[in-house]
Amino acid sequence: MNGSAPGTVATTPAPSGPDGGAQATDVDRLRALQRRRPFGVWFKDKGWRHLVGIAVTLFAIFPLLYVLSAAFNSTGTLVGSNALFSRIDFGNFTELFNNPSRPYARWFVNTMVVGVVTSAATVFLGAMAAYAFSRMRFKGRRIGLLSLLLLQMFPQLLAVVAIFLLLSGISEVIPALGLGSQLGLIMVYLGGALGVNTYLMYGFFNTVPQSLDEAAKIDGASHTQIFFGIIMRLVTPILAVVGLLSFIAISGEFVIASVVLTDPESQTLAVGLYSFVAQQRSENWGVFAAGAVLAAVPVMALFLYLQRYIVSGLTQGSVKG
Amino acid sequence: MTDTELRQAGTPSAAKGTATAPDGAPGRPGKKRRCFGPDTTKGTVAKIVLLSLVDALAVYVLMMLFLSQSWGALAVSSAVVLAINWIYLRKGGLPAKYLAPGVLFLLVFQVFVVLFSGYIAFTNYGDGHNSTKDDAIAAIQLTAQKRVPDSPAYKAAVLAKDNSFYLLFTDPDGKASLGNTETPLEEVPDAGTDSAGKANAVDGYRTLTFQEIVANQQSILAITVPVSDDPADGTLRTADGSNAYQFQPALTYDAAADTFTDTESGAVYRDNGKGAFADANGETLTTGWKIDVGMENFARAFTDPSLRGPLFGVILWTFTFAIASVALTFALGLFLAITFNREDLRGKKVYRILMILPYAFPAFLSGLVWSGILNPQFGWLNQTLLGGATIGWLTEPTLAKISVLVVNLWLGFPYMFLVCTGALQSLPTELDEAARMDGAGPWRVFRSIKLPLLLVSIAPLLISSFAFNFNNFNVIFMLTGGGPRFADTDRDIGATDILITLVYKVAFGQGTGRDYGLASALAIIIFIIVATVSAISFKQTKALEDVNS
Repeated sequence: MNGSAPGTVATTPAPSGPDGGAQATDVDRLRALQRRRPFGVWFKDKGWRHLVGIAVTLFAIFPLLYVLSAAFNSTGTLVGSNALFSRIDFGNFTELFNNPSRPYARWFVNTMVVGVVTSAATVFLGAMAAYAFSRMRFKGRRIGLLSLLLLQMFPQLLAVVAIFLLLSGISEVIPALGLGSQLGLIMVYLGGALGVNTYLMYGFFNTVPQSLDEAAKIDGASHTQIFFGIIMRLVTPILAVVGLLSFIAISGEFVIASVVLTDPESQTLAVGLYSFVAQQRSENWGVFAAGAVLAAVPVMALFLYLQRYIVSGLTQGSVKG
Repeated sequence: MTDTELRQAGTPSAAKGTATAPDGAPGRPGKKRRCFGPDTTKGTVAKIVLLSLVDALAVYVLMMLFLSQSWGALAVSSAVVLAINWIYLRKGGLPAKYLAPGVLFLLVFQVFVVLFSGYIAFTNYGDGHNSTKDDAIAAIQLTAQKRVPDSPAYKAAVLAKDNSFYLLFTDPDGKASLGNTETPLEEVPDAGTDSAGKANAVDGYRTLTFQEIVANQQSILAITVPVSDDPADGTLRTADGSNAYQFQPALTYDAAADTFTDTESGAVYRDNGKGAFADANGETLTTGWKIDVGMENFARAFTDPSLRGPLFGVILWTFTFAIASVALTFALGLFLAITFNREDLRGKKVYRILMILPYAFPAFLSGLVWSGILNPQFGWLNQTLLGGATIGWLTEPTLAKISVLVVNLWLGFPYMFLVCTGALQSLPTELDEAARMDGAGPWRVFRSIKLPLLLVSIAPLLISSFAFNFNNFNVIFMLTGGGPRFADTDRDIGATDILITLVYKVAFGQGTGRDYGLASALAIIIFIIVATVSAISFKQTKALEDVNS
């Protein structure tokens, strides 16, 4: 992997050269040089990057094109979906919503409800904890942060058996919070709210200058006013990132959801679509593809819309380590 | 909240809960104190409303717990409710007010369930062993039923009242009686009859039509009507909704000796100390009860011949999968980051957006979509690209492993690409220039300068990525389901199974019985492995330093 740039200073056009009258001609000369550059030099400098880019892009988007094509191809079977974009119609989509044994619309709504409620609550709980850790000094603060950092190593799905038994115990006392209830599932998910996100938020909260809350305090603001009125507004980017990441994680979560939600009417997309495909993978392929496209569109749209925030959130996490 | 909380930035000793001095009156002279202002009326009202809602819910839960006589749970819940009220009603203790809700969920659904897993791992909890011994004895008496020889045939009709089903029997003499599983048989003298003399209607009950009987077959077949209050007298049951026969327990329980006796063969079943009744030959009754078995689940995992070999294979593959996934995604991600780390590359943004699409696509769908592409018989890869080949991408053990890794590379490289790009851009450019001045070639610059600096900031992410992939359930389960299955075991374990999919299959798999004890033991093994790996690797990184600041 000879990854580093082989280009030298000479072949790199200077986009922001030093100022001065003579420089303008320099830049022009460089540009002319670049235009006349032989193909070999161009390829060694940049061309191979485009080749890599095209190859990886194909690898990245092919499965997506494939599922898109299958969704609009009402032949419906796995074999029939192989000829990409050979026909385009909406047969699979109408079929998708017209089968009572497979309540796709309900799955979709369930996923949205569970995902939105959980991620909103996660953001709120995480922000409160991050505020406490970032702005207050108290006994056990260091231990608390340390335990959160370690806890995020252990995903909840490891304890899926215990969660199942705990919820079946709960459903004997309060059926509304036990097995088969989405409220119960949301509560389970909230157990993971602090572990994953607090640390990320804590880092971001620390970048908001303390002098802002000091000033507000002098003006007589209460701690809730500072939290909701000042801090929460200044950390909106990280709230968006955490909310979106937890929405993506929750809407794709399969293990716990499949154990808790047993009734098809209450299931989420991950559980419903899986059980649908697991039974007859090749016959129902077109309908599954249609369902997959509809399920992926909101998540992907949201992701691309908030892409800038997410990328900065991720890199910040990485650079701060 | 009427706290007048005081805090001094940077001095950990300032807020230890003693901070209740009103209007910031200076306690110790010479120290500056800054106070939060008093709460607004709106805030106080909101707090009271929220707290009373929580308390109302809590009272309901406590009442339900009281009614179901779960004393342990009741005691713990009461303590939690009291603690919550104390936290929010007292003055001071501000950090607790912000931390309590999240920590409560964390303690119950992350910390407690882990400890609970630890407990389950030392029991034989699972199918046939999921209740107390008393429950098991009652269940055996109810289920081990045989038709009483030469007993009369009854005619039966199915009635419904308040959403529960009843059976109406007509004995050979024409007497009608009614009952269901909960209500023992009772004679109904004034039942309506059809032309054949079969009772089919009772006032206040609705008679089910044939279609309704078919639709509710399951629950109707499950009805066993006790002939009297004594279970030894036997029960009446129907197999088709129109005829019924008398059944008697095939096993009688002797409470004094704690044994079951088979009424026909005379075999005696005793408590075998392993949570089941067994006869002299070691044959056990299917219904047992939950007991503590000590280390047996762990011992079984490493000694049972149908489990030992596959389990070692699974552990080895779990490590291979996790390490290879991290290595591959990081290598590709870093390579791409370096390739596109050029300000002047045309179309850079387009490449970037297209390349992070797999990261935005829901992971569980990716596995399913790829399973279609790679399907050996009908998939696109074999059919279209390879012109009708029948290569077992998902059915041949080695190829299936490679396929899983490729799909996981597809899922994971965009993340590494983004992260490496960020880290690369934060490196100071002077270093690069200085090295070039000293005559270092591009490879040398990368190898000796950029990579070590990158690893400092990326290493913690690689560790988290390892921990994530170690338990990457979705990609395995959706793509191969763990298959192809090992030939040397009758259990549902396959070549691409990782530990977490094995846990899921053992606990909730189809076909074989659920074994919660063994599944939890396997989960505990995962815990130990992940904890060890992350403890060692975090020691090597500077991640923990941040916490101390």
